[in-house]
Amino acid sequence: MKDYYNKGEERPTLSASVAKPAGVYRSLPMPARYAINAVLVLLFLVIGEGLISGGVVNRYQSGVLEQVGIYIIMAVSLNIATGYLGQLPLGHAGFMSVGGYSCALFIIHMMPVLGVETKAMAAMSSPAAIGLFVMGVVFGGICAAVCGLIIGIPALRLKGDYLAIITLGFAEIIRVVINNIDGVLGFDFTGGAKGLSGIPGYTNFLNVFLTVAVVIFLIHTMMKSRHGRAILAIRDNEIAAEASGVKTTYYKTLAFVVSAFFAGVGGALYAGCIGVMDPSKFGFMKSVEILVMVVLGGMGSMLGSVVSASVLTILPEALRAFSEYRMVVYAVVLILVMIFRPQGLFGSYDFSLSRVVERCLNKDFPWKKKPGAPAEPAKEVSADE
Amino acid sequence: MSDTLLSVNDIHVSYGAIKAVRGISFDIKKGEIVTLIGANGAGKSTTLNTVSGLIKPDQGAVEFKGESIVGVKAHKIVEKGLALCPEGRRVFQQMSVAENLDMGGYTRSDAENKETIEVVYEHFPRLKERMGQMAGTLSGGEQQMLAMGRALMSKPDLLMLDEPSMGLAPILVQEIFDIIKELNAAGTTILLVEQNANMALSIADRAYVLEIGTIKKTGTGAELLVDDDVRKAYLGG
Repeated sequence: MKDYYNKGEERPTLSASVAKPAGVYRSLPMPARYAINAVLVLLFLVIGEGLISGGVVNRYQSGVLEQVGIYIIMAVSLNIATGYLGQLPLGHAGFMSVGGYSCALFIIHMMPVLGVETKAMAAMSSPAAIGLFVMGVVFGGICAAVCGLIIGIPALRLKGDYLAIITLGFAEIIRVVINNIDGVLGFDFTGGAKGLSGIPGYTNFLNVFLTVAVVIFLIHTMMKSRHGRAILAIRDNEIAAEASGVKTTYYKTLAFVVSAFFAGVGGALYAGCIGVMDPSKFGFMKSVEILVMVVLGGMGSMLGSVVSASVLTILPEALRAFSEYRMVVYAVVLILVMIFRPQGLFGSYDFSLSRVVERCLNKDFPWKKKPGAPAEPAKEVSADE
Repeated sequence: MSDTLLSVNDIHVSYGAIKAVRGISFDIKKGEIVTLIGANGAGKSTTLNTVSGLIKPDQGAVEFKGESIVGVKAHKIVEKGLALCPEGRRVFQQMSVAENLDMGGYTRSDAENKETIEVVYEHFPRLKERMGQMAGTLSGGEQQMLAMGRALMSKPDLLMLDEPSMGLAPILVQEIFDIIKELNAAGTTILLVEQNANMALSIADRAYVLEIGTIKKTGTGAELLVDDDVRKAYLGG
């Protein structure tokens, strides 16, 4: 009996070639990979800035580009909890509003302290303004992360639809609190239902772009690390992950908190982009909108989140001319994608420029070896604007 | 063979109002293969899950290497050298075979894992052939091998296997049991939970027969194989 499994070739095999092609496979060292991506990000940045300062892209269009960047941050942050951790939180707009309000309030109240003028803040012209912007965005993220921790600890005991409902309820609580807190406190704080105005327009294409690049870089490196692997293991099988020695509660909470943190960062940029914060903007529909982006792009695919966040933000704007029909088109697009690509546009596929470069170095092209294999879509993940 | 590796003393476990385990005690000495057999709902898996820390017992003591492990978190228990290969395989479907094995050595350093993975590949040559393949696309038998290999990656002193033969063809069951014997010969103590009483008893040094949450009989594997009650209940007369 024992020698049976040594003669594995007698059994039918599942797939013929899974082994790497024999011989030396030239791979890129890590610094080269970072350099390639840095160059790519810089290239996009220069093109974008060039188009804006050259007047090819007008103010309205660059405003849309800022929104695209913000929704990319929202989608990739939700993707941590949905795609990588495999949970279904429906309260992402709640974290976004916490981040937005806390960043806006922080900047408004810190401007006189640091002696930064509103104009300088909006133009990002002094080092103090830039410093304040960075602090504000991080502060927004931290506030959202704290909320994420508070909600995450009890919520993550539940799964699936129960988790969806509890996070949904939490987002509603945040909205109601922001709406009514002024009355309870007795002085003007969040502006209540009439909104928080007087936020300097500190968001511009440059800082949105850089934030998107940093956020994507951080999430990517986290998911490639041992912590990311633990989160993926929990998604695949929580009991097996625990039996393998993964601290499941810790990592579930961590993923949830990191997701909330970046949602807060997105919200912070959003506050500077729209200028007036208003609780009604962060209703249930906003959470669903972000979730739709993640599901449409493919859960667990960074590229998918980026592309679908871009498309779904630009689409309604591009269809403004057909104002009555645009939401119908939007809905039809969603339905068609879900019918024909239920796993999302990109499934769990992720693009890596380094991998393409490696393949070119090795002359290992997919169309060369297996004529049936589809060619890879040539899209860049780290710098989509 | 004198020192006790694991001793379980009068544990009671319940799921809500349902008592799944009502006072089970057993012990395992270093180097043994011990098996728990019994029908569905006898409390076998519950016992294993309790020992590995996935469930907390209502009362009772579990000692591993002389240390109490009741209430210790599951991931800490893995670090102490007690690995569970859970029921129904439960591989990480969307990871490759090699990544699955890496996850098994999660509590250990990368350098250690590099060595251990070679040992695992020696026991399971099939896994080496398929190291780049997604675990979800493996056959049932290969997934079982992967689940066992993954549990071995933590270099356990005691390996607990929960129904490794579940849903496998007889030829594969034989193969899995051969590997279990091989692992035991290589120095791993094994606690085996099985429905396939015949196979389990034939390789076990000692066995416990469970029935509705209690231990009904105990003896060596060979004794129980010829025991009338056991034959009637589990081996078909």
